[in-house]
Amino acid sequence: MSFVEYSEFIQEGDVAIIFLGHDSMMPVKVQQGAQTQTRYGVIRHSKDLIGQRFGTKVTCSKGGWVYVLHPTPELWTLNLPHRTQILYTTDIANITMMLELKPGSVVCESGTGSGSLSHAILRTIAPTGHLHTVEFHQQRAEKAAEEFREHRVGHLVTVRNQDVCKEGFGVTGVADAVFLDIPSPWEAVKHAKNAMKRQGGRVCSFSPCIEQVQKTVEALANEGFQEISTLEVLLRVHDVRSITLPLPDFGSDQPLETPTDTPVPSNASVLCKTTTPPRDMAGHTGYLTFATKPSV
Amino acid sequence: MADNGDNDSQHRVNEGDYVVLKRGDIYKAVQIQKKKKTVFEKQWFFLDNAVGELYGTTFEVVTGGILQPRKPKCVESSADAKEAGMDNRNILDDGKSQKLTRDDIETLKEQGLKGQEIVQQLIENSTTFRDKTEFAQEKYIKKKKKKYENSVMVLRPSCRVLAMMYHGREPGKICHLRYDTLAQMLTLGNIHAGSKVLVFETCAGLVLGAVMERMGGYGSVVQMYPGGGPVRAGMESFGFPSRFHDTLHEFPICHVNALLAGALDTEAKDIDADSRQANGDKSNLTQTDSEKAESKECSPDTKDQCMETSTSTDPAADKEREEREKLREIRGQEKKVKMEEKRKKLAAAAAVLEGRNADGLVIASRFHPCPVLLGLIKFLAPSRPFVVYSQYKEPLIECYTKLREQGGAVSLRLTDSWIRHYQVLPNRTHPVLLMSGGGGYLLSGTTVAADTPKMGPTRGEEPPPKRLKLTETTEG
Repeated sequence: MSFVEYSEFIQEGDVAIIFLGHDSMMPVKVQQGAQTQTRYGVIRHSKDLIGQRFGTKVTCSKGGWVYVLHPTPELWTLNLPHRTQILYTTDIANITMMLELKPGSVVCESGTGSGSLSHAILRTIAPTGHLHTVEFHQQRAEKAAEEFREHRVGHLVTVRNQDVCKEGFGVTGVADAVFLDIPSPWEAVKHAKNAMKRQGGRVCSFSPCIEQVQKTVEALANEGFQEISTLEVLLRVHDVRSITLPLPDFGSDQPLETPTDTPVPSNASVLCKTTTPPRDMAGHTGYLTFATKPSV
Repeated sequence: MADNGDNDSQHRVNEGDYVVLKRGDIYKAVQIQKKKKTVFEKQWFFLDNAVGELYGTTFEVVTGGILQPRKPKCVESSADAKEAGMDNRNILDDGKSQKLTRDDIETLKEQGLKGQEIVQQLIENSTTFRDKTEFAQEKYIKKKKKKYENSVMVLRPSCRVLAMMYHGREPGKICHLRYDTLAQMLTLGNIHAGSKVLVFETCAGLVLGAVMERMGGYGSVVQMYPGGGPVRAGMESFGFPSRFHDTLHEFPICHVNALLAGALDTEAKDIDADSRQANGDKSNLTQTDSEKAESKECSPDTKDQCMETSTSTDPAADKEREEREKLREIRGQEKKVKMEEKRKKLAAAAAVLEGRNADGLVIASRFHPCPVLLGLIKFLAPSRPFVVYSQYKEPLIECYTKLREQGGAVSLRLTDSWIRHYQVLPNRTHPVLLMSGGGGYLLSGTTVAADTPKMGPTRGEEPPPKRLKLTETTEG
């Protein structure tokens, strides 16, 4: 298993995603002799996981069952331990496309945070690209580096513990794309420009507040960036439901035999297959600002 | 040294490259061919001067249809204290404030004035310009620039650029798939280098190209196609290197059932020298489904092939007949070679599919998604993602329902994506006035090992039905 390459069978040291049903999942580190408790019972790694195919159904000790899934960056995003607020798949998908990431891309990212976007980037740029990720919090930087190793993507990424606004990304003239998710992205625009290839590249800044966006757009324009564009994306989920709607009873159009009798109501109803929105939905994550560094 | 001459060349435009022309929000995909007139936004020009320049360069179109690289613009000096008004209470919109007539402007254009200069002329000849607020002046200049500028940017094709182009220009060709929805598909489908992905699309090849771009030439893509042949125009616009094409297979869906039943025979048969045998190439492929293959297999007119008998002894006519027969033989041979190639391709694609271990499935077509999904999902390995796009929601509701009944998939989600652009300017930041109304719907999920029929209603993926007064029920 790795986050950038599929494999068929579960092996020791793998990260697997246990699917419990209805949006309920948990990550496990597969180890000989280890056990994992679930609400359906115990999963014994040696017996139930190692050597099994990803995607198989595993029966737990209490008799209930779960599915074991191959990890993907998308599943990881939903299951990773949060050390910071993370980016979710909807934003990640748009960032990936708008930054034109693909195998071989060299990307600079700050801050690393909990590594949600980092894993998605690594998946997209493998096997020939590289991610330079900067995190100013020491423990978070170390945890991220550790996770990349466990997930077998360490060779594709370099983690630097420094302040991107002061010291930049640690590389210059190599990046096809730069991503900023920091409190003051306008302070890093110059560094982003330096990290990018001389012949051009794409930059993205993610900010929850519009004031941050305004300052960043101004900084990008001052540094000569083009195609500056700000947008936001949201995902709407549609829950499929079968609805039974009762039909009104307007009575018979024939006169009743005994006027004092109350008419018997009919229980007619109609079955509809439709969708309903969830009660709440994510209404805002952040504004995405994209720009192109011109080739000069 | 971060770069040297060698690195540079891959960033420069070459003859024969597929590029995308851009002006404002308008894009057009073209191929660089010297001395060939290209039309873009009602302008004709030659792309010759783009060759050798860096991608991303902006050009001015000058008289004669020649491209001239534009010098990098210095930051617009808005620091000049221009004369401006405070509000529009006294400005009359009577259509008479611009003193230049349409003919005057045409004359200026003919004189070869650059777009910037024309805009300057318009400003000077507008009686109300200096009364407008600063903001209104900026807006006016922007509007005129957009109308009179004649700059063209030459971009390297990418999924982002081509998806925006198709959505803006010809959404009907791509089933109205909006670019952010396409972005979701590529990520939810975990499309990455080294995997084996199945694609069924009727989006002019855009979705196929997007998938191939994310695979970087590693792994393999099988394009399942309806009808006579796979449509690849959109994919060609990406300008992939030839090695990418080596990873691309195609498979006609009319043989899917046969393949699944193990009844698809792709062995080479001994083809008789008689060209009439070559006509019946359908007999080479055993089919269990009665569906007539929509393949536009060449069925040459057998009458042509029949030996002509002639009793004429005219030597000239004889020679002519001889030549005709020689030509027929050559054509017959070419046909044989072509069909052998086709058979080989079919066999190769079938071999890739047979293992039923594909890593991803992407569907985006005008066909009803339900049968497409249920048919093609059989080719996926367990614990792999699939994504189905539909312009409409109801067909995906059906897909969802059938998949729940049949089992074999978890994490089913029916979603659509909402996107909004912003104008960001000092004191004028707000969402853009016009918004996209819809970008289509997605059904995504992950396969799991095929199971015995559903274990009963206790572990559906949906919350157990609550005892409510309302008659809403959940799908068990």
